[in-house]
Amino acid sequence: MSADVAVVGFAQSPCRVREDATTSGVEMLVPIFAEVFRACGLTRRDIGFWCSGSSDYLAGRAFSFVSAVDAIGAVPPAMESHVEMDAAWALYEAWAKVLTGEAEIALAYGFGKSSGAELRRVLALQLDPYLVAPLWPDSVSVAALQARLGLEAGRWTEKDMAEVAARSRAEARSNPDAQVSGSVTAAELLARPYVAEPLRAHDCAPVGDGAAVVIIASAARARELCARPAWISGFAHQVDSGSLGARDLLAVPSAAGAASAARAGSVELAELHAPFSHQELLLREALGLGEGVAVNPSGGALCGNPMFAAGLARIGLAARAVMSGRASRALGHATSGPALQQNLVCVLSGEAS
Amino acid sequence: MSQPLAESAPLRAPLEIEFDYTRSLGPVLSQFMAALAERRILGARGADGRVHAPPFEYDPVSAEPPRELVPVGPEGTVISWSWMPDPLAGQPLAEPFAWALIRLDGADTAMLHAVDAGSAAAMRTGLRVRPRWAARPAGGIRDIACFEPCDGPAGAAEAPAQDTLPAQDIGAERTPGMTIAPVRLRYLHTASPGESAYLRGLAAGRLLGQRCGVCGQVYVPTRGTCPADGVTMTEEVELPETGTVTTFCIVNVGYPGQRVTPPYVAAAVLLDGADIAFQHLVLGCDASEVRMGLRVRAVWGEAGGISHFTPTSEPDALYETYARSL
Repeated sequence: MSADVAVVGFAQSPCRVREDATTSGVEMLVPIFAEVFRACGLTRRDIGFWCSGSSDYLAGRAFSFVSAVDAIGAVPPAMESHVEMDAAWALYEAWAKVLTGEAEIALAYGFGKSSGAELRRVLALQLDPYLVAPLWPDSVSVAALQARLGLEAGRWTEKDMAEVAARSRAEARSNPDAQVSGSVTAAELLARPYVAEPLRAHDCAPVGDGAAVVIIASAARARELCARPAWISGFAHQVDSGSLGARDLLAVPSAAGAASAARAGSVELAELHAPFSHQELLLREALGLGEGVAVNPSGGALCGNPMFAAGLARIGLAARAVMSGRASRALGHATSGPALQQNLVCVLSGEAS
Repeated sequence: MSQPLAESAPLRAPLEIEFDYTRSLGPVLSQFMAALAERRILGARGADGRVHAPPFEYDPVSAEPPRELVPVGPEGTVISWSWMPDPLAGQPLAEPFAWALIRLDGADTAMLHAVDAGSAAAMRTGLRVRPRWAARPAGGIRDIACFEPCDGPAGAAEAPAQDTLPAQDIGAERTPGMTIAPVRLRYLHTASPGESAYLRGLAAGRLLGQRCGVCGQVYVPTRGTCPADGVTMTEEVELPETGTVTTFCIVNVGYPGQRVTPPYVAAAVLLDGADIAFQHLVLGCDASEVRMGLRVRAVWGEAGGISHFTPTSEPDALYETYARSL
């Protein structure tokens, strides 16, 4: 049943620090909506359901996603919803709408102006509000605790982490939307100082602003909108305990569980949402990705991580690989919460089931 | 002539947001926080016998409430740590410190907290630490100010006698069963190009709007994108300072920070030539005299911008002239 829905379009804004952008995302969204509509031959009135992912804490204003509705043009009224999460979860809601027949064509979008505040500090507010958030542990420090556990357990070395960063930056040279790219060796990266020992700057995603949009359609419409739709053959998300000290931070059962539920075996390409270098290593293992799988050919989140859009963009990029014929089966992954607490897997195939 | 919107950079300004969450603690965390105020730490024993510290409300595996709450620590062992060279606002220490996962003696899980170790060189996994208590308990996790290194090996001896707190200080600033978590956030807020043009216009005593190239509606303030059509608006329209009250309410309720004494009128004002009304104050007459169709004129404030609107002596506008903008 799940192969009855396909991704037919994707666009994203370049990930940059955008001094001119508001936290409502409108300036970043209008051009990418126009781009994806042009590519699919659609207008906004063809969209039966809209769903966005964004965060008021990041925007610094209440109901910030309502301002973003300016970008979709809501006259006549549109069927619209929102998740206070990465827009990959908005896509999941949109997928359910199409599966249930409530919409034939649905659009998910995410946006985040991460540079408007101190991102790593704002993200402390996603932690347990009684026992943890009042201490304001920042997202980089929390990820660093996870990285050290792996280092001291012999799961990886700082060199392994630097090699993830170096490879990602090399891949990103061909991605014009990437914020960070270039040729650098692991040895050069390891000579740089720590920002949150054991993490160096290259181990952490840069802070950048951006937006992404994905359009999905039912089988009846997908083929007319796209020469080679990326059929969604599996889509699942799971969550681990919110208690950082009570879960094994070196296992990612929610990622493994989501991959299993989405029947994620034998993909050729995977776009992983790993905002920290060691998390790519954890995810490769949890998702069972072998040596033959091309991981993050875009450069991944380490080269551009617009909050609330980067996970959706991973699915969009995996779908683009299928739509262009570069891959016959690809995986898009998104994460949310501290230290890979919540994980989503979307499997895309060139063949309908 | 007006300046095209795109020629000026968007306006930016610091935005500071402050609010306090007052949270009910529930049965488990109430006991945990009450114990902290007495400088004791409690863990929760689950169905599998494992002790979680801090305690869970419902076991993450079995979903059952705790079998019992048991004393743990107060000393513990660092199982992972990271170094914070430049502490952020609100964090437990202002000087460089370590974040650590700390397994308290007698517990099977770890607590996230800060360790005042002085330098990264003094930190290591396996380090023994003990809590440094806040001078006065406030009823939250920050009643543990931080942890600090100590020499005691795990389980080697009775926990050292805790510093005792004068009885009168216990609970002095606490509300049992509640905790208050202050949130202070700072942003550099950016106005959109449209908002920026509007604000610059106000400072110059002008009212700027924009016309949508698709639907032809005139919006004031300028907002950059037509919310009906989702397209960028580029045509600037300068509007007069006169308009019509389309609808209104009389504010009778006082609130902190209120700048006008109730009763007063908040109205939707449709500027002449605009299609969308915006909200403003109508002052300069008795609140009971304000009505739909009342003609009003902007009164400019000394600091720039519109202070409020006030009635003109014109006859009321006919309903048909503003009905579609209600």
